[in-house]
Amino acid sequence: MEQVIVTNNLTKKFGSFTAVDNISFYVEKGEIFGFLGANGAGKTTAMRMLCGLSKPTSGSGSVAGYDISKEYEKIKKNIGYMSQKFSLYEDLTVAENIKLFAGIYGMPLKKIKEKSAHILERLALTDRKDTLVKYIPTGWKQKLAFSVAVFHEPKIVFLDEPTGGVDPEARRQFWEMIYEAADNGITIFVTTHYMDEAEYCDRISIMVQGKIAALAAPKDMKKEYNAATMDEVFRKLVAGTFNQE
Amino acid sequence: MVKVENISKAFKKMQALNDVSFHAEKGELFGIIGPDGAGKTTLFRIMTTLTIPDNGTVLINNRSIFTDYMEIRKNIGYMPGRFALYQDLTVEENLNFFASVFNTTIEENYHLVKGIYSHIAPFKNRKAGKLSGGMKQKLALSCALIHKPEVLFLDEPTTGVDPVSRKEFWDMLYDLKNIGITIIVSTPYMDEASRCDRIALIKNGVFIDVDTPENIINNFNQTLIALKADNMRQLLKDVRKCSQIKSAFAFGAEIHAVIDSDDYINDINNQLKSLNHKNIEIYRISPAIEDCYIWSR
Amino acid sequence: MKQLLSFIKKEVLHIIRDKRTILILLIMPVVQIMLFGFAMTLEVKNIRVAVSYQYGDELAEKITARISASEYFDIVKTINNPLDISSIFKREKIDTIIVFSDGFSSEIYKGGIPAVQIINDASDPNQASTVTSYISAIISSFQNEIAGAASPVRINTELKMLYNPELKGSYNFVPGVMALVLTLICAMMTSISIVREKEFGTMELLLVSPMKPAYIIISKIVPYFIISTINLLTIIVLAVVLLDMPVRGSFMLLMGVSFLFIFVSLTVGIFISSLVANQAAAMLIAGMGMMLPVMLLSGMLFPLDSMPKFLQVIADFVPASWYFTAVKKIMIEGQGFMNITKEIIILTIMLAVLVIASVKKFKVRLG
Repeated sequence: MEQVIVTNNLTKKFGSFTAVDNISFYVEKGEIFGFLGANGAGKTTAMRMLCGLSKPTSGSGSVAGYDISKEYEKIKKNIGYMSQKFSLYEDLTVAENIKLFAGIYGMPLKKIKEKSAHILERLALTDRKDTLVKYIPTGWKQKLAFSVAVFHEPKIVFLDEPTGGVDPEARRQFWEMIYEAADNGITIFVTTHYMDEAEYCDRISIMVQGKIAALAAPKDMKKEYNAATMDEVFRKLVAGTFNQE
Repeated sequence: MVKVENISKAFKKMQALNDVSFHAEKGELFGIIGPDGAGKTTLFRIMTTLTIPDNGTVLINNRSIFTDYMEIRKNIGYMPGRFALYQDLTVEENLNFFASVFNTTIEENYHLVKGIYSHIAPFKNRKAGKLSGGMKQKLALSCALIHKPEVLFLDEPTTGVDPVSRKEFWDMLYDLKNIGITIIVSTPYMDEASRCDRIALIKNGVFIDVDTPENIINNFNQTLIALKADNMRQLLKDVRKCSQIKSAFAFGAEIHAVIDSDDYINDINNQLKSLNHKNIEIYRISPAIEDCYIWSR
Repeated sequence: MKQLLSFIKKEVLHIIRDKRTILILLIMPVVQIMLFGFAMTLEVKNIRVAVSYQYGDELAEKITARISASEYFDIVKTINNPLDISSIFKREKIDTIIVFSDGFSSEIYKGGIPAVQIINDASDPNQASTVTSYISAIISSFQNEIAGAASPVRINTELKMLYNPELKGSYNFVPGVMALVLTLICAMMTSISIVREKEFGTMELLLVSPMKPAYIIISKIVPYFIISTINLLTIIVLAVVLLDMPVRGSFMLLMGVSFLFIFVSLTVGIFISSLVANQAAAMLIAGMGMMLPVMLLSGMLFPLDSMPKFLQVIADFVPASWYFTAVKKIMIEGQGFMNITKEIIILTIMLAVLVIASVKKFKVRLG
């Protein structure tokens, strides 16, 4: 299997503080990889390095076959990114957002037209394509944001808490979209605070204080920690270190 | 203590709240549970006298939000959805400021916030903007509590917070409830419902249920089953094709589905077997709050 | 009272913590005075002048000598045949040509009205008009010395030259900079600091508290009032020391009028904050929206009486133009309280209107 994300002893320090401490892991093509951890455990910092937004202090890594310290411009062309906080322009319409992001990645106009019609239809947003994004319910917005993030057919898509605050039904529909993208060979790298969503991943890692404390398929991890749910596993791993600064 | 009666509120074309009512007694921990955009924040702003409703009325300890809002403001604590403290002031300066805004001092009510503030006291000279997420929440809660409010309104205090910190936050709320403070709290996390005395489930500006979590679960009047097999993704697709299954969703390590009768379980099992699923498990379950929310009509 | 004090303390902390902004606030007036006082001066120097008169004309030669003696002008050419004026502009680098009519002296002695023509390169209109008035002034003073003669040259001398014989630009700029700096700091900074609370959600907390709206406003005003006063004194000291600006009238009166104007500007800031929802909008309205009228319509750069009527009417609604006039009257003309009552009354009315409007607009609830 092709490994689309590989890191070797990846480390990021801010002054004397080590945010990411010697992490090594890989993600295979088409895999749904859950990246879990407590607030402040270093998830965001690690993700920034993988997206080419921040340079590692030491260690190395590659994403989509490109070196994260040197070839970050190429990485950016081959990944999609979506976060809970920012993914779409609220004051642009649905159609304008699709066109804008596709344009950023240099897709030909004709293809944009075809594909956006397809997406609008799939999301049942055709009637509302001229509605400003801010008037669209959160669940729909996140589904649209995901469609936009994979519009340019990236090899990997990074999702930073994509379902935060989304209603239960839309959250599940969102995950079905993730499955479909993974079936099409897109690798999914996702963070979440919903522990039921950890179960939907092929493999997950749990970060504790800058290190990867556990990495396995959810089933195996539950077995190893003798826990019924991922929530329990998470608590066992993280609880001991909480309340430290 | 808190009486919300027939509240409606619309913004331009959007109906944010539609005829919403509930009562919370003194010392009760009342949860308002629903996703973003369901109307939680609007309801909190109405209860805290920040917004006037189009219809209906709210009484906080028998004071009207229309006429006695100044009295209400003296006696409630409020923690808005996003972190709203002065980032360029230190932890101690923030707490001091909010104490004096309410004409009190840290010393006077320190016993109230002690349990929470003691966690952040070691960092009291740090700027609030430089605190970690969990610490910020604790500071915000301390600031909302420092004037010994009758009612505490917490709008999504745990959103974006990891499960361990969330559990810790709820433990703090229990301590406050135990000293008699009424707490109205909202959350998008359905698993937090069980920690409230009573809850309201809110969907698109409407309360679909108001009751204790146990009663809501007991009143669920559909037949719910859980399904498992080796290939879960394929299972979900195939389950959806079964004619006996009304609807199905992934639910953690299981798939939850609603059927008309227990009698169909064997039939479904056979169908899935014929589709080459391995290690199939199907069993009746009682719903979680999230199930009640999804399948509510 | 304790509430108010702790609120003021908090505002002061905000300002002190933001080192960059406070530095800009304190340095801005210094930079402005330097810029306007030295670099952007409208004073003209070393203007290249050509004169044309009939050969041997006694009075024309005398006037020419006097113009030449002025530090502003260099006589670079004397033409005795004014035929190809336009070609002279092209050929030589000449800014102005003064043409005395034939028989200039004899015409004056006869008691007639001789003509003097001043031709300017008006591609820089400001310079051209300044040059014209300088030359007119020189001719007119010369004229006054010739006893008994009727005035042969109509001279249009601007009023300000009465008090500004050296025609110094700083006389205009210092009051202008005072109006500009006070408007910017008071209106912009107060509106930004209020709107920031809206943006960060802390306004929500303050509204839910029993804090009186008046307290919120007062505590926002106090620190900026202090900073403005510091700025005001900086400007006056710099202007007096570096730019030889006089303070001919009462210093206390000057400070009094300035405080009145500071309050007007502070209320403008509060009013703006009630209209907008974010800091960018506040900055745009308070910064651009106030700066341009102050610069263009106060009389600081362009004299108001040469503007179209409707602009003059608009200028009447700009507080800075009244302050500007009052400051000039006090500092340069040395006028007393009685002569600036009009400005004081108008500024007071503006203050009252703005206070009422702001109080009405300040919401005790969210929109």
